[in-house]
Amino acid sequence: MKLRRSLRIIYFVLFLASALIQTRTALAQLPTPSDDEVNRIAHQLYCPVCANTPLDVCPTEACRQWRDLIRQQLSQGWTEDQIKQYFVVQYGVRVLAEPPRTGLNWLVYVLPPLIILAGAILLLRVMKMWTKPAASLTKTISTPGDDKTSTKEASKDDYVMRLEEELRKRK
Amino acid sequence: MTDNTIPTPSRRAVPLWVQIIIWGVFAGLLVIVAITLNRSQQGTVQPGDRLNNFTMTMFTGYELNSQTQASLSSLNGKVVMVNFWASWCKPCEQEAADLRTAWQYYKGDSRVVFIGMDYVDTEPEARAYLEKFDITYPNGPDLGTKVSQLFRIKGVPETYFIDQTGVLRYVQVGPFSSVDQIKSIIDPILN
Repeated sequence: MKLRRSLRIIYFVLFLASALIQTRTALAQLPTPSDDEVNRIAHQLYCPVCANTPLDVCPTEACRQWRDLIRQQLSQGWTEDQIKQYFVVQYGVRVLAEPPRTGLNWLVYVLPPLIILAGAILLLRVMKMWTKPAASLTKTISTPGDDKTSTKEASKDDYVMRLEEELRKRK
Repeated sequence: MTDNTIPTPSRRAVPLWVQIIIWGVFAGLLVIVAITLNRSQQGTVQPGDRLNNFTMTMFTGYELNSQTQASLSSLNGKVVMVNFWASWCKPCEQEAADLRTAWQYYKGDSRVVFIGMDYVDTEPEARAYLEKFDITYPNGPDLGTKVSQLFRIKGVPETYFIDQTGVLRYVQVGPFSSVDQIKSIIDPILN
């Protein structure tokens, strides 16, 4: 009788121990990542073999495999940066939707704002050129019948002088 | 008397240094575009080209001479066949059996090396592919697509035959049609 009782106790302890181990294993595994979580990272990556297709919307079989890989890595506790780094090592930097800020890649970030700035400056200058004549309506030229003073002023004007010179030449 | 207004011509010129910068940036951009276009239109490396040395990483179980890393320079004196493939590539499946048979034929000949380069793939699928077609010759991932960029491949499958001196002798774009075709490329290089 005593032996049976002690065996029962041993079985019970073993059962408790195994249940505890199973619970801990289950806790160590992360829940399966949702499609949204996978696509959030896949959106930052491009399909390495298709032309300009983000990984989250790429319909090919290869892309599905890569999305599965992201899901698997997430469930193993990989961070976003680790996953992106893995893809860069495997498939090159071209898989990144946003090129790393190194070397010639800087042109991608620097040139567009510079071009916009240069365009704005140019536009400003051109607009100034257009508005200036209206503001400087001070100089007058005479037409036949004007008095001497205004003719004198006009003759001083470079433009009029050049115009008269050209007219003289044509005669 | 009528007063007419005339526009005063603006004579303020853009400073020379600004002009130089603008034209310099413009010229630089044109150079970059030209280089990129030139590269993209170059096509694959051509027979007769000497290949630069490169290093390949092998899958565990598919090493080259028990080495997980192999370089082209270490294979000098041998005829090297580099086959680019991927598990998602259907035409690659067409030639897989022919490559396996050809490897069975040449594997006893130490003068010939077969190497499979797995192009932008995931390892589990790549391994499943190798097992499915019973491919046992050295194989590895093309990490960072560095090797495929060196060969300037346009797709998969593509196969390159390099002679004993490191010069490219033949390029096969697309799948092989038969084992005899593979032999007909390797044998003349060997002899």
